[in-house]
This record gives sequence, structure tokens and C-alpha cells, in this order.
Amino acid sequence: MSSRPTLGELALEVRSKNAGPFWVTMELFMRTAEDYTTVADEHFINEQVVGGLYGVDPATVQIFRIPALNVVKISFPRPVAQGSLRDRDIHAGQHHVPLASLVPP
Amino acid sequence: MIRILVPSGMLGAGFPPETIDRGLALGADVIAVDGGSTDSGPYYLGSGTAKTSAAAVARDLRLLLRASAGAGIPLIVGSCGTSGTDSGVDWVAAIADTILREEDLALRVARIYSEQTAADLKERLGEGRVHPLAPMEALDAATLDACTHIVGMMGHEPIEAALSAGADVVLAGRATDTAVAAAYPLMKGMPPGPTWHASKIIECGGQCTTNPRAGGVLATIDHDGFVIEPLDPAAACTTTSVAAHMLYETVNPFEMREPAGTLVVTDAVYTALDDRRVRVEGSRFEVADQYTVKLEGARVTGYETMSFTAIRDPHILARIDDWLALMHEILAARVRQTLDLGPGDYAVDLRPYGYNAVLSDLDPASGPPREVGVMLLVNAPDQATATAIAKIANPLMLHLPTPDMDYLPSLAFATSPAETERGATYEFVLNHVVDVDDPTALFRVEIEGAPR
Repeated sequence: MSSRPTLGELALEVRSKNAGPFWVTMELFMRTAEDYTTVADEHFINEQVVGGLYGVDPATVQIFRIPALNVVKISFPRPVAQGSLRDRDIHAGQHHVPLASLVPP
Repeated sequence: MIRILVPSGMLGAGFPPETIDRGLALGADVIAVDGGSTDSGPYYLGSGTAKTSAAAVARDLRLLLRASAGAGIPLIVGSCGTSGTDSGVDWVAAIADTILREEDLALRVARIYSEQTAADLKERLGEGRVHPLAPMEALDAATLDACTHIVGMMGHEPIEAALSAGADVVLAGRATDTAVAAAYPLMKGMPPGPTWHASKIIECGGQCTTNPRAGGVLATIDHDGFVIEPLDPAAACTTTSVAAHMLYETVNPFEMREPAGTLVVTDAVYTALDDRRVRVEGSRFEVADQYTVKLEGARVTGYETMSFTAIRDPHILARIDDWLALMHEILAARVRQTLDLGPGDYAVDLRPYGYNAVLSDLDPASGPPREVGVMLLVNAPDQATATAIAKIANPLMLHLPTPDMDYLPSLAFATSPAETERGATYEFVLNHVVDVDDPTALFRVEIEGAPR
């Protein structure tokens, strides 16, 4: 077990939300430029990593790196239709947790 | 220079009365507020009913109508009744009408209807003028026929048309969140880049400030940019709180498509004017070759019945996956025995809240929970069948053991009766745009009341 902090512990905020009924989007708000540089590193967070975390096709994942805000933003199509029988997070507001559990190198 | 007052992110969400007083004192030229969203799911569009209560809408609307009449400035409400169906517009209009009579306010009210018929859209589909947006695929006519309600998202043009025709109050059907705030400044000749960008920043009221619960915001748009300030003197806008709002509920934080074109904020520069006001310059609006109206539609997916029990026994909780698997197995067998229904005839979702109901297989945590609430959701083609299946599950929700137990436990039902009928359930099936030549063609404006 690692004693190093998770993204959830390092970040000012990690959040997720619907971006319309067919997409989910999440943001890592980092506290410092140094932490931003760590999470913006394409070897740490990339389309394959996100695809693995959320069980989605990496080709559908969009990642935006925004140094001015120390933010990495990730968007992908919602794997479960919003409000359907299998949708257990109508606003997709709790789907940041797998991302927040990542431990940076 | 045009000043837009946005009291809150949604009509009916509530705001302190001081937010209006402060906005008017600062010289607001227009009040704009969103009345809806798809964010709470397809039920509201599918059923044509509102998420907000009439009392909450009336409370907010009374303050806004008084302010509009008192200051002589227009009030614009978008996406009335949550989903912007015609019934939603009429619902808000009836509430407004009662208030106008009670308060003896002489305001001309325009209603803009945005609901679309499958027949008209099928014609446009046949002409090749309907296109999918990612991740959807090409539309077929049967999907249009299956929708209980279809709305088009209006841009600023129908709202501007209503204002030009003399409306003091515009109650719009489905509109883009931004069009509600953008309509008046665009009508007054403000540049589209700053206008659309400011409208996006203020669409959720105080969300772009350091204290989202404190009240509304004021955007001042001029020919070179715009300034955002919170209407609570104790709250602040910072360059980060303003810039970060472009991230909120958007797929792409740099570009946002509107019916007439695309807002591009890549080169926007955010400058703090003081410790609570931010100026933004450099926003661009690129006019599209083709004007498009986005469609939203929902169809019935079935009828649901819910049952809820809870487990506290540590022996079962240590084997909760086995218990859930056994529940699925025995329920399916009992449904076949009693109702002669197979897996294709109905659907069941068994959600172990407190264990991994929210994230399922994606959940990074593990280990036995302290207690688990088990929600059973049954979806069937009719309500009676959904309830019959939930009732067949009832003895199992009460007494099902784990496979290694040689006695029957009694579990903790949360309510009596255990089953709740949820009625029809819906899903969004449209994420498509229609090419139109006239931005107002899909929308109908009706104005009544005495001119001021």
C-alpha cells in the first residue's frame, strides 16, 4: 500500500458532472503549478488510463490541459444513458472518485 | 454598455431579495434567468412536467416581475417548466398571470413555444437536414415517432423578436442557457464574442463567484469585453472563479456551439479590476456556415416499481456479492414460475447502497460494509407487471439467506408496503441538430397584455 497522496488528497477539488445527457466531464483542480505539471504529464494521465479507469473506449476520451488554471479536464461519452434503469448517478456527480484515487508518481 | 442581472441559476431555486435591489441600483438593463435543464434526467421532458414546485417559481417570479415593472426593464425566462415543453411555458405563464393580477402590474407577456412535431421533423429528416451530434448516430423516423415530447433549443433570435414586438416579459420554451442572457445585449448591438462569453459565465448565477450560495451576478457588456461582479457585496469574482466557469458542464472548455456559430475563448484574457470584479477581453464568436437548432426528445422505456430493504447482519455483509447473485438467480426463477416471463421480458437492477451501488465495478474501494441498503428496481412494459415482479421479490428481500446459511434471516424493510410504483420511465433519444434558414422558423411567439 502506498503512503503517497492520491489526486483527491493533493487537489483543491476533483469533480465530475454531466455535460448534457450524453457526456460526462471531470476536472482536477490542482493547488500549485508543480502539481499541475505532474498531473498534466501525458505519461501519467492519458486517454488509455482514463479508458481503463472508466471502462470506455480511449478513442472517445478528450483531455484538456489548462495551465492558466492548473486544471486537467477530461470528457467522454456517458457509458450508461442518463436516467435509464442502469444509471445510478443521474448527474454523474460521484464519478470523479476513480480518478481521484490515482496516485501520482 | 448593457448590464444583465442574473438572480440565480434556475427560476425557483431562490435568491435573496437584496440581490435584485443591488442589481437594479447598479443599473441593470435586463433580468435574465434560466428555468430549466436536462441535468435532472429525461423524466421532465418525457412527461412534460416541471422539477420545481409552483410555489418556488411563484416566489421568485413575483420578485422578478415587480423588479421588471418597477425599473421598466425586460425580464427573460428560458426553458420554462424545466424542459421547455409547451406545457412548461403555459405553466409558468399561468403563474405569472396570477402574480400580475395580484400585484396589478401592466406588463406584456410573450410566450415562445419550442415544441416540435414528429411529422414536421420527419419531413426535414427526409430532406437531409437533420444531423447527429457525437456520440449519437443518424436519426431514423421511428425514433421521432416514439418521442412523447420533442423540443428545439432556440437561440437569441426568437427572444429578440418577442422583445422587438413589445414584450416586457419573455417566457421562452427550450432555449440555450446562454441565449436567455445574450438576447437583449445582442439586440442592443453589443458584440457577439463578449456577449456569448458573458452569458455562459453568468448562466448559473453565483456559481462563477467565490460564494455560489450568496445570490446573483451582474455582467456589464461593452464593445471591447465584459465585467462580471457578484451582487452580494461580501462575495467576490476572481479571475479563477470566472475562467473556471467555462469548465462547468461543458465537454470542451475552449469552444461552445450556439445555433448561429461557435464561441471561442482560447484567447480570452481575464483581469482583476479589484478584489471582486473581473474584466474579460479577447472572446470571439465565429459565425457558422449553417444555422442549426439542437433537438431534445424523450421516449417511454417502460414502467418501474421500486422496493427497498436493508442488511445489517455481518455474516451476510461479509458475503454480500454471493447474496446479490443468489437474489438475481432465485428472483429470475420465481418470475418464470409464476408469471412465465423470461429475461427479455423485463429488467431488474439490484443496487447495494453502502457497498458499491454508485460506482459498481469502477469502485476503487473494497472491504465489507457496515450496513447495506438494497434497492430493487424493476422495469417492465407495464406497471402491473413491474409491481408483480417486485412483489415476487418481496419474500426474498425479507428472508433471503446467503448460500452457506441454514436458517432464514429477516432483513430490514424500510417501508410498508415495501413497493413503490414509479410510473413511466423515459430516456433521451435525440442529440441531433436541424439545419434551418430562418432562426425563428421552428418557434412560435404569442404576446398578450396591455402595452406599457
